[in-house]
Amino acid sequence: MDQSAIYIAAGILMGLGAIGSSIGIGILGGKYLEGVARQPELQPLLMTQLFISLALVDAVPIIAVGISLYMLFAL
Amino acid sequence: MAGDTKTSSEIIQHHITNLTYGQLPDGSWGYGRTVEEVQSMGFWAIHVDTMFWSLTLGCVFLGIFILAARSATSGVPGHLQNLCEIAVEFVEENVRQVFGTRPNPVIGPLSLTILIWVFLMNFMDLIPVDFIPFIAHLAGVEFFKVVPTTDPNATLGMSIGVFFLTLYYNFKIKGPIKFGAGLFTHPIPHWSMYWFNIILEMVDMVAKPLSHGLRLFGNMYAGEMIFILITLLPWYYQFVLALPWAIFHILVISLQAFVFMIMTIVYLTQAHQTGEH
Repeated sequence: MDQSAIYIAAGILMGLGAIGSSIGIGILGGKYLEGVARQPELQPLLMTQLFISLALVDAVPIIAVGISLYMLFAL
Repeated sequence: MAGDTKTSSEIIQHHITNLTYGQLPDGSWGYGRTVEEVQSMGFWAIHVDTMFWSLTLGCVFLGIFILAARSATSGVPGHLQNLCEIAVEFVEENVRQVFGTRPNPVIGPLSLTILIWVFLMNFMDLIPVDFIPFIAHLAGVEFFKVVPTTDPNATLGMSIGVFFLTLYYNFKIKGPIKFGAGLFTHPIPHWSMYWFNIILEMVDMVAKPLSHGLRLFGNMYAGEMIFILITLLPWYYQFVLALPWAIFHILVISLQAFVFMIMTIVYLTQAHQTGEH
C-alpha cells in the first residue's frame, strides 16, 4: 500500500508538472520564432532571453521529476 | 556491478548513496558501510565523494586557466588559449548584456567560475555510470557517487552562497534602510498592503536560492537516474539507449551550467537595481 501510493504520487507529480510547463514552453518557443521572423538581427539577444525564461519555466517540472525520482528510489 | 544477486532497486539504491562520513549506529565515527547506516547518520555527516570531486574539479578548472594565462601570447594563440578565451569572452558578453557596466569586481570572475566549475561537475555525468564506482569498489570503497551536482548539498550550497552575496550587495548598494523599506513597499506601494508585500518578499527570498539550486540538482539527478536505469537493461540494448541519451545530455549539462551562471548574474543584477518601483 505504502509503496503503491508513492508510485501514484510520483506519476501525478511528473505528469501535472509536465502539462503546465509544456504549454508554457510551447508559447515561449512560438513567440521566439515570431520575434525572430519579425527581426532576424535580434536573434542572438532573443536566444539568450529564451534560454533564461526556458530555464525558469523548466525549473518547476524538472524539480518535480527530481523529487519524484527521489521518492521512488531513495525513500 | 558488485555482486550479481542484487535486485534492481538495490542497485539503484547503491548508486545513489553517497560515501558518507558520520556517526555510525554504534556511536563510533566512520564511513557508512550499508544504506541503513548512511541513512541513520542524521545531520552531522559529510558526503566525502561530493567534496572530493567538487574540489578536484575546482582545482582542474583553476589549473587549466592558470596554465592558459601563464602561456598566453598576443601572437598566434594555441588551442588551450583559444578555449579559455572563448569561455571568458562568452561570460563577459553575458555579464555585459544582463548586468550592464556597473563597477563590480566580483561578478565576472564569479560567473566564469560558476560556468566552468558547474560544467565540469556536470560533465562527470557522461562518464559511464559504473566506471569510477567499480574502481572505487576494487579499492575497498563501498559507495561512490561521481557527479557532485546530483547531490543537493552541493547545488544548494552554491545557490545559498550566491544568495548571501545578493544580500551583501543589497545592503552595500541600497543600504539597510532602503533595502528594508523595499521589502515592504515593493510590489504594491500602499500602506494597507505592507503586510502582504512582506509575505510575498519573504516567499520570494526563500524560493530564489531553493529553485536556483534544485533546478540544477533536478536536471542532473534525473539524467543520472536514467543512465542508471539504462544499465539495468540487458547489455545489447544499452548502447542503443545510452548513446542518444548521452548525446542529448551534452546539451543538458552545458545548458544547465549556462543557466546557473545566468541566474547568478540576474540575482546579482537585481541586488544592484536601485531604481524606484
